[in-house]
Amino acid sequence: MSYVVITFLWLSILLYFLLGGADFGAGIVELFTSSRNVDRTRRTLYHAIGPIWEANHMWLIIAIVILFVGFPVIYSELSIYLHIPLVVMLMGIIARGTAFVFRHYDAVRDDMQEIYNRVFVWSSFITPLFLGITAGSTVSGHIQPDAKDFMTAYVLGWFNWFSISVGFFTVALCGFLAAVYLIGEADEESARKGFIRKARNANIIAVVCGILVFVAAEVDHVPLVTWVFGDSVGVTAVIAATLSLVALWRLIPKKRRLALRILVAFQVTMILLAISYAHFPNIIIMAGGKTLSLYDYQAPAKTMSALGWALLIGSAFILPALFYLYYSFQIKRMRHFEEA
Amino acid sequence: MNDFLAARLQMAFSLGFHIIYACIGMVMPFFMAVAHYKWITTGNEVYRNITKAWSKGVAIFFATGAVSGTMLSFELGLLWPEFMKHAGPIFGMPFSLEGTAFFIEAIFLGFFLYGWGRFNTWFHWFTGVVVGISGLASGILVVSANAWMNSPAGFDFVDGQYLNIDPIQAMFNDAWFTQALHMTLAAIAATGFAVAGVHALMILRRKNVSFHLHAFRIAATFGAVAALLQPLSGDLSAKDVAVRQPAKLAAMEAHFHTQKHAPLIVGGIPDAKNKDVKFAIELPGMLSFLAHGDLDAEVTGLDQIPEADQPPVSVVHYAFQLMVGAGMFMMLLALMLFVAFRKKAWFEHRWFMRLFALATPLGFLAVEAGWTVTEVGRQPWILHGIMRTRDAVTPMPGIVWSFYLFTAVYISLSIIIIFLLKRQIQSVPALYDQPTLTPKS
Repeated sequence: MSYVVITFLWLSILLYFLLGGADFGAGIVELFTSSRNVDRTRRTLYHAIGPIWEANHMWLIIAIVILFVGFPVIYSELSIYLHIPLVVMLMGIIARGTAFVFRHYDAVRDDMQEIYNRVFVWSSFITPLFLGITAGSTVSGHIQPDAKDFMTAYVLGWFNWFSISVGFFTVALCGFLAAVYLIGEADEESARKGFIRKARNANIIAVVCGILVFVAAEVDHVPLVTWVFGDSVGVTAVIAATLSLVALWRLIPKKRRLALRILVAFQVTMILLAISYAHFPNIIIMAGGKTLSLYDYQAPAKTMSALGWALLIGSAFILPALFYLYYSFQIKRMRHFEEA
Repeated sequence: MNDFLAARLQMAFSLGFHIIYACIGMVMPFFMAVAHYKWITTGNEVYRNITKAWSKGVAIFFATGAVSGTMLSFELGLLWPEFMKHAGPIFGMPFSLEGTAFFIEAIFLGFFLYGWGRFNTWFHWFTGVVVGISGLASGILVVSANAWMNSPAGFDFVDGQYLNIDPIQAMFNDAWFTQALHMTLAAIAATGFAVAGVHALMILRRKNVSFHLHAFRIAATFGAVAALLQPLSGDLSAKDVAVRQPAKLAAMEAHFHTQKHAPLIVGGIPDAKNKDVKFAIELPGMLSFLAHGDLDAEVTGLDQIPEADQPPVSVVHYAFQLMVGAGMFMMLLALMLFVAFRKKAWFEHRWFMRLFALATPLGFLAVEAGWTVTEVGRQPWILHGIMRTRDAVTPMPGIVWSFYLFTAVYISLSIIIIFLLKRQIQSVPALYDQPTLTPKS
């Protein structure tokens, strides 16, 4: 059963990245949209994520619950040493979630809208940044549980080149995901072109940030190159991601909306696979090479089995309903566009 | 303020903030379902307007509840990592099921809010009901996890080790049913009275009276039924607490000395130093009766509890008085509502609507007070009899700053939400005014 739980953990992180990440990305795209086009972008964005956005963010809750029920030591170590970036991330989550509904449900349209918009776009940027920083920190080898001073114990664990570069890479990927998703949502040709331009820029930035992550890894002595290129799975994933990127850019002019989304999602999946496979099952790598493994630090068998069953039964309810939700509000909509 | 106190206060504020949104998010869908049902079956447009107006409120409250709930799932670890390290695998079961329930709620809320005119009418109605049922299920599951902290079960505690973990047994601990029942009724009563109160206020201002009166009747009926049932559930809770957590009951009642034929103390100012209560009304034997169903039964006082294991008396006692007082007032209003259903003229009396308008915040006041009783009454334990709150807190210094930050966020969000609701209500005439309906007063 512990494999079931670990699979669900990985999948919920992946789905949070693909769906929640695209939501953040939508805000990032809005942040980088000129004021001339921003109203249209906002409208498209609302139609695209309105009905599904609450559901997209549930994956984070599933992941965190799996972590604290199934891997309590890992959860509590993360909570102690990455307290500060996690709090910043939480602030981002609450600001973003509330600003998004407030701007839609405020009965009066006035200057308050500008405040909601500002909060929404900036928190869309900050939340994935700190999510990425947290993720980077878990394997950065900079967490020092034995440290005596505040800076070393609670700040330097995440405030380092590697973690921060992973943060920006995450932001760039979210923006890229969203821009590609939004290409399929645009209701007119000029808007479509706009999102294609956004996707291209985001793509370039993501590649640059990716390179920076490798540079930062070298500076901070994180063996990232060995992780990614050291085994056949990593190399295959990188090749697959690159090929899918080429395919993506060839498909864009052909207006194959669903195919585009699948390709970009596939690409992000490969990136996550490449970086998580190499040091699996170690989910936290601390200073001095101490590691916390998903195998060694899991809850007793009875808990793992109950959790596994809860997840299996839960997904039997969730997945069909979720699929129908996407079908009703996304796929139908896309078909409608393609027919038009 | 030290970091330990800051951590406790941050947790209290976070829960206190979340609970309001969680209650409304889990109860309002049922009000909506009733209004929606009446719209479908009677074709009276007022009901459609009410459903739509309420659903906007639900969207705002649900989103706030969802993000504040997400924060809580992190705060458990950020503030109490030592507790979560041991407790996670034991009391995690309800949380993992709650994950599912909450997910379903979010999915069906998407269907409901954006589904007008897209789906079969009854399917659309049904999605709203699912939102309510899954919301209620989430609430019950989370309360069951809290009940485990009051009534640890599903493991053996041997030499500081948590052995033979059984998560199912932990979920169905001794306190889960009484707590879940009490909280569910409280959520319905609080939301019912709050919503009814707002509509009563609008009726008093003679604005869209028909709209507000129809809405008032639905919300007030839910609230009234729950308020009338609540004392029964409270009685179950009191008898349960008397056995499991005598220290908590003693603190609630400021019951310092163990005695037979113990009096129920109403009001008063507890003096922990001299171990007595000043200016209180005493009802002889009633505490024995409430706690054990026997006027002469012995009720354990704080003198039987070691000093180090006693909860703070004043806070718990005042909170308990506040909860019971608010509950009594709501019960009285509930009875009056049922009279009013017979004597229709009452609905047109200003004093009747004034009473309900006055009661708007009472239910939530009772909810907050009740949680204060549960949580502060459990102190100094985070896990009753097993782990002390002080031993569970994060080693990270500077939690005071985190507390200030979270407090500022909660205060500003509350202000914005009140502001938004005000705007929603003010826009009712513009959105739903119908020239054919003349306000009666």
